[in-house]
Amino acid sequence: MTTTDTPRPAGADSVRARSKRQRRNERDGGLRRAVPATTLLWILAALYGLPVAWFVLSSFKPAGDLFSLPLTVLPHNPTVSGYKAAWDSANFSQYFINTALVCVITTILTVGVSCCTGYALAKYNNRWLKFFFICILATTMLPSEVMLAPEFLVVRNLGLYNSFAGIILPAVLTATGCFMFRQFFLTVPDELVEAARIDGARELSIFLRIMVPISRPIMLTLAILSFQWRWNDYIWPLLMLNDPNKFTVQIGIQSLVGAQNINWSVLLGGSVISMIPLILIFLVFQRYVMSADINAGLKD
Amino acid sequence: MTKSAADVSVRPPRKRRSTYTLAPLVLITANVVLFALFFVWPAVIGLVYSFTNYTGVGAFQFIGLDNYQNLFGDSTFYDALSRTLLYTVLVVPLNFVLSLFIANLVVSKQAKGASVARVVFFVPWLISPIVVGVLWRWLFGENFGLINYVIEKLGGSAVPWQSNADLSLGVVVMAGAWWGTAFSMLLFIAAIKNVPVSYYEAASLDGAGPWRQFRSITLPSIAPTSFIVILLNTINAMKEYPLFVSLNNGGPGTSNNLLVQYIYQTGFNRGQIGYASAASFVLMLILMAVAIIQLIVNRRVENR
Repeated sequence: MTTTDTPRPAGADSVRARSKRQRRNERDGGLRRAVPATTLLWILAALYGLPVAWFVLSSFKPAGDLFSLPLTVLPHNPTVSGYKAAWDSANFSQYFINTALVCVITTILTVGVSCCTGYALAKYNNRWLKFFFICILATTMLPSEVMLAPEFLVVRNLGLYNSFAGIILPAVLTATGCFMFRQFFLTVPDELVEAARIDGARELSIFLRIMVPISRPIMLTLAILSFQWRWNDYIWPLLMLNDPNKFTVQIGIQSLVGAQNINWSVLLGGSVISMIPLILIFLVFQRYVMSADINAGLKD
Repeated sequence: MTKSAADVSVRPPRKRRSTYTLAPLVLITANVVLFALFFVWPAVIGLVYSFTNYTGVGAFQFIGLDNYQNLFGDSTFYDALSRTLLYTVLVVPLNFVLSLFIANLVVSKQAKGASVARVVFFVPWLISPIVVGVLWRWLFGENFGLINYVIEKLGGSAVPWQSNADLSLGVVVMAGAWWGTAFSMLLFIAAIKNVPVSYYEAASLDGAGPWRQFRSITLPSIAPTSFIVILLNTINAMKEYPLFVSLNNGGPGTSNNLLVQYIYQTGFNRGQIGYASAASFVLMLILMAVAIIQLIVNRRVENR
């Protein structure tokens, strides 16, 4: 699973070559090729954006206008009544708080635990560490969706049924997280550790004082990924939680969809609300996600 | 004497390294505990229960291979399995082609505004599968959806997106590919950027066109990434559940029930934990087989 691209040490050389190529293209008919490529790109972008745009625009229509023909792109009397109804009556505020709580706690734990494990796997050389690394990679083959029933029994036997701990703890260990940190710490020169040892630093303080601070970019990337996974989790919280006051956002939305008569106005509002946190996080930390070298060992 | 001197001068770093056992042990403790609790334990009891008639409470008996035998005689299981495989076979290639194509467009110097377009392609990935299902349901509603409205406006007749099992699966495939494009695209972009530019320069000096360059340079260079994209997408497609639940709830009827939904229903709605565990293990074997086959194929391709 570990293959893929080692970045080229290219740098300046390729930049120069690339800009040269670009200049040449501009000279001999770059425009002729730029027009179809750009058109194609934007047609595809429009196709990809259309479902979301239609969805969001519809959510601003009053409940009565949702199905009135002819359908209009822009809402005539834009309103946030759907949002309001979802937030107040469908208990979305509670679901929102629950989900945020679960996501934040799980993310902090995941980042911390993955950082420790990744460092141990990268900087120590023991046979049982290698074995444990293989064990962690094996978890990608057996996702919790596959072991629903036995995993449910385990969590129930631990007395965690219907508690947030029951959805947080099983989600903390992720192969992706350990793998990302391991790959990162492999690139940190061993001399750094050796030098600190010679200066008399103890093993764990080397880790805490030197390694943790320099791994901050990886932490942020993993935090964003982890937050996304947990925010979108559906099946495991559905199994674990019994008390409607503990439901997460995804369960709330699904319960609206599963109703006999779907209240589309509330459903659209609730769905759009549920999209906001991730889109905000993404917009703020865009470059950490886009430039992330998240090549391998990835779980959803 | 000389030998030990050599030992001292050469060996120390490595030898000293392997003598640290306490620190790494402390560092991985948390994950070892989690691994044992939420991975080894369920896997073991799952395997044990798959040979029993356990219902989640009370006593149970060992019934040998009965669960597995029943499973292979169960037409519902076969339907779920074949529907899952069909979904996988459709969505993985569609996702692959779309994301590779878009990655090439985004990376190419010719297309303008690529950085903005990239964000547009990225947005679907930020939406949860449940909401993706809702979104496509809204778009493809039979009586109220935008798509059918446009089709009718253009003179066609309403397409039964919800009540026809195959069309319904088609909508889920589109939704799945739409959702998954961003992530595969991200991996492809990283891979394509790592292909040395000099290859393309040499090729264009030799008179190779864009399509030729793509086929002879880009595709072989990004083969490892293609492999990972296909593997991850296959595994994800095999265990898809939330998208179906919110888009058509496995319907119409039960025609689009997938394996995870089948496991969920037998295990939790009907309380046949033992039987569901057996189904889980069949799914696990399929996933492992998929991974191993792809590994072998990948080795072959790379060695050639």
